[in-house]
Amino acid sequence: MAYIVVLGPLLAAIIAGLFHKQIGTRASQTITTGAVIIAALGSAWLFIDVAMLGNARTYQLAQWMAVGDFNISWDIRLDSLSAVMLVVITSVSALVHVYSWGYMAEDPHRSRFFAYLSLFTFAMLSLVTADNFLQMFFGWEGVGLASYLLIGFWYKKKSANDAAIKAFVTNRVGDFGLALGVMAVFAVFGSLAFDDVFAQVQDGTAQTLTVFGMEFMALELIAFLLFIGAMGKSAQFFLHVWLPDAMEGPTPVSALIHAATMVTAGVFLVCRCYPIYELAPNTSAIITFIGATTALFAATVGLAQNDIKRVIAYSTCSQLGYMFFAAGLGLYSAAMFHLFTHAFFKALLFLGAGSVIHGLHHEQDMRNMGGIYKLLPVTWIMMLIGTLALTGVGIPLLNLGFAGFYSKDMIIEEAFMAGADGVAFGFFAFVVALIAAGLTSFYSWRLIFMTFHGKFRGDKHTLDHAHESPWIMIVPLLLLAIGAVFAGGFFRSDFVARGALEFWGGSLPAGPYAEGNYGEGATGHHPPAWVLFAPVTVTAIGFILSYWFYVVKEGLPAKIAARGGPLHSFLYNKWYFDEIYDFVFVRGARGLGDLFWKIGDKRLIDGLGPDGFAATALKAGQRVVRLQSGYLYHYAFVMLIGVLGLAVWLVARAGGQ
Amino acid sequence: MLGQLPILTALTFLPALGALAILILRAMMRSEDQAALDRNARGVALFVTLFVFALSILLVLEFDTAQPGFQFVETIPWLVDLGINYKMGVDGLSVLFVLLTAFLMPICILASWKLEKRVADYMAAFLILETLVIGIFCALDLVLFYIFFEGSLIPMFLIIGVWGGANRIYAAFKFFLYTFLGSVLMLVAMIYMFVTAGTTDIPTLLTYDFAREAQTWMWLAFFASFAVKMPMWPVHTWLPDAHVEAPTAGSVILAGILLKLGGYGFLRFSLPMFPDASAFFAPMVMVLSVIAIVYTSLVAFRQTDIKKLIAYSSVAHMGFVTMGLFTMNELGVQGAIFQMISHGFISGALFLCVGVIYDRFHTREIAFYGGLVHKMPVFAAFFALFTMANVGLPGTSGFVGEIMTMFGAFQYDPRVAVGAALGVIFSAVYMLTLYKNVVFGEITNAKIESATDLDWREWVNLSVLGFMAIWLGFFTTPITDVTSASVEALISQYQAALAASANP
Repeated sequence: MAYIVVLGPLLAAIIAGLFHKQIGTRASQTITTGAVIIAALGSAWLFIDVAMLGNARTYQLAQWMAVGDFNISWDIRLDSLSAVMLVVITSVSALVHVYSWGYMAEDPHRSRFFAYLSLFTFAMLSLVTADNFLQMFFGWEGVGLASYLLIGFWYKKKSANDAAIKAFVTNRVGDFGLALGVMAVFAVFGSLAFDDVFAQVQDGTAQTLTVFGMEFMALELIAFLLFIGAMGKSAQFFLHVWLPDAMEGPTPVSALIHAATMVTAGVFLVCRCYPIYELAPNTSAIITFIGATTALFAATVGLAQNDIKRVIAYSTCSQLGYMFFAAGLGLYSAAMFHLFTHAFFKALLFLGAGSVIHGLHHEQDMRNMGGIYKLLPVTWIMMLIGTLALTGVGIPLLNLGFAGFYSKDMIIEEAFMAGADGVAFGFFAFVVALIAAGLTSFYSWRLIFMTFHGKFRGDKHTLDHAHESPWIMIVPLLLLAIGAVFAGGFFRSDFVARGALEFWGGSLPAGPYAEGNYGEGATGHHPPAWVLFAPVTVTAIGFILSYWFYVVKEGLPAKIAARGGPLHSFLYNKWYFDEIYDFVFVRGARGLGDLFWKIGDKRLIDGLGPDGFAATALKAGQRVVRLQSGYLYHYAFVMLIGVLGLAVWLVARAGGQ
Repeated sequence: MLGQLPILTALTFLPALGALAILILRAMMRSEDQAALDRNARGVALFVTLFVFALSILLVLEFDTAQPGFQFVETIPWLVDLGINYKMGVDGLSVLFVLLTAFLMPICILASWKLEKRVADYMAAFLILETLVIGIFCALDLVLFYIFFEGSLIPMFLIIGVWGGANRIYAAFKFFLYTFLGSVLMLVAMIYMFVTAGTTDIPTLLTYDFAREAQTWMWLAFFASFAVKMPMWPVHTWLPDAHVEAPTAGSVILAGILLKLGGYGFLRFSLPMFPDASAFFAPMVMVLSVIAIVYTSLVAFRQTDIKKLIAYSSVAHMGFVTMGLFTMNELGVQGAIFQMISHGFISGALFLCVGVIYDRFHTREIAFYGGLVHKMPVFAAFFALFTMANVGLPGTSGFVGEIMTMFGAFQYDPRVAVGAALGVIFSAVYMLTLYKNVVFGEITNAKIESATDLDWREWVNLSVLGFMAIWLGFFTTPITDVTSASVEALISQYQAALAASANP
């Protein structure tokens, strides 16, 4: 079964990619979609078998590399952690495949599109089922490739191509850290297999590595380098710049890759390597700080964006920040829980946005929308559900609410508890997360109000032809909505509460909140009541403000934006990251390249070397012997004589001794 | 079965016989039969190279991978007075290069199928080149090695100088001057070795203990030759010029095989024969390698000529090879050999890709292109594959070589690995930008509207290379198992020599 789940999508991708001319578009779509649906069903079965019934196991497929101790194999590792990821990946992927039948129906190259989607699914599956660091790196770069191909899917558009390259290169910067981290793992532990490494981490605490004259704690350095990789893939602060641009890709891609699965790989990495991070408190503190900063930063930028997909993209960025600071605080299972619920409601929001874009003939600017809830009623309701789930609406003491309520609010509360226990940056994360939650509520409702309510602001032609999406796009929305409503409440006990210890097995620590895992002498794990109510309160404030600005005083924000105050332009321009990076890195690389090429190669090396030599020798040659033969043969001849002379001299000298 | 037959001699000289046949044919046929002559020359060349390839597969199959020493050794007394013999043999370090050469040659012949200028001479030049290159990898005698090594310059020089582009004389001159100058110093060192050790027999020399100071000088002399061949920074500037002017098949051979002569030279001579000097100079090599990787990657980013860009990228990738070799740990050396083999496929394929579009549009200017994917989707797919392989994407052979050498380098000194890993970022930048500008976008040039996709010869060539790049990306043991015994022996002797000189 595991083989079918992992390799099926690859096979389908190969068939659809190489033979779509022979078998036709419809067959390619059927094969890829079928393979992924089968994989989703298989994953559900594996989830029950592995996570619920506790049958963790590993299959070895083949040898990849073998040089001395460097022994790398292709594996499928099944434990609770990978089983959770399997379910998320294959179920969202299957729904996105189905949705794309409708969304991409008019695209002539859709068999290529489906091949890429399946290829991505395979790469992501090989990432999460890896049993060693190098196969994980394979999946890691593989999803990067698929992301590059899909962002640049509409290759006629220059902006799409540029965004694809930006995504790939920014990810490469992260991978630079990841690769070095993996090398450090091998240098310290002499193996890359997870079990070998994690079994030895205790012995590694005292080890140090010296790089650039500085001595580092080996584990801290490894943890930090691996985290750089995670930052790139999960679009954390400093390396986030590619994610908003990645929205150039078709919307189903954004839902699958840039919301539900690939961008969460960084969180998965940190969770997979938790034995290392538990022993690397300084790096964990950095993760908390970066995660919290990202959560806040992305939320502020989200306030001022007008592209419907970019708002959701920044929201994704922000939610990933929540997952990271949870992991940084040691709340790995809570991070995975949020990853799990987030996959459903964020995919729902993206596909809903896709439905809006589809209905309005590829209009993405929310300034040209408004008041269309009557025209797209199902989409409207789905988006409402997604928003309620994202903002974490629920009733604290009754423990009843949408999916995000269980996972996001829990992270906020547990950050407080961690802070109370003295974990570094715990209170900082709590405060930042609260503010970000308020902002999340504001921009999410802003999106709903600007898109569906008020007066329509686009051109009349678009409005006349606006339509609800076909059922093949609606059904995936409905299924995701079920997840967005119930995934939190249904799985809470297994992920982070009573059943957590048993559920995760050895693959992840169940967390301080899991029953049976309380600290010594404690009778339970109860955050104070005001902490429980705080997230819901800020969410409500965000909603009210949003309602006031975008419904009651409709048109006021546009005037504020038009006046272009410094704060607005700062947010609108995403804190000027793109401009700064462009100036420093892009132009820097260009300038250095030109310098090395034109000055280094041409003037210095060639000028002093062959060309200069040739010019001087030619002049000398013309003076001494005015031969008419081409200079090339001439010089070869002179050299030959010289060599022979030297050789004769050496032999003669040696013979004389 | 092959033990009794002189298979290495057969492998080496069969192409020369083919060349002879072509030249005799040319002399015999009347001038009006030009077309028939061309056809025959192509046929003979293809047949001979394919036969040699089949023979080389047989060689590798018969090769005993468990044995680190030389196999299939043939010795014929030659200059008896001086103790110089005609001696051939292969070990784990060289046997795969023989195979690589024999593999790439038929591809080169196929890629040159449409050439019209002096076809018979061209084919003969390639066959002679094959003889000389296989000879280099098989030679077990200094004199024999030197003859092959220097001799290989001549056909390559002719291929660039006769069938090259507009500026071919300058490029051929630069190529010749650089490599020849390097080799001269090597010759001096070889003569010194002969005089001190009293033999030119390579297996004997491998066990000879050269004095420490002499090692330094000889190491430098050999380095002059091999560094130019690699090419290493800062003696790399001949390569872009040579590539730009060389015909497509010439570039394939140049990048695919001739560059590997430098790496092979380090493995065969510098590291085992001069271990003290190698250890002494290793930090310098590391610095030069990292400079090569970073510097040439940045230079590649700014190129406006497709071939020049790929040539610079070759320099960067050869930086991984020198870096891996001088770590002198198993991962580094194995990775370096793997990288050389893999680069033979990938860079060869990239130059073929350039050849495909050059044949159609007669320009290598990046600015001329754009939107090729609309007219040449199959080409675009192949080009994408090799672009990704060149970028070192996991799952392609390019990744394996890079990652193994970097792992080796990290054990040697993490700083080196950091520098090399930077190059991995840059390679993505320049290759993807190139790909975007050439293949993606709207068609901006009316001439591209009439483009035709790959013909079957191009398709076969690229498919074969693509298969190799992916297969070796997923399964690396077919290469590393062949080399491991010899590499282990090389390293243990090296360590023993270092230990011996540390405690005299």
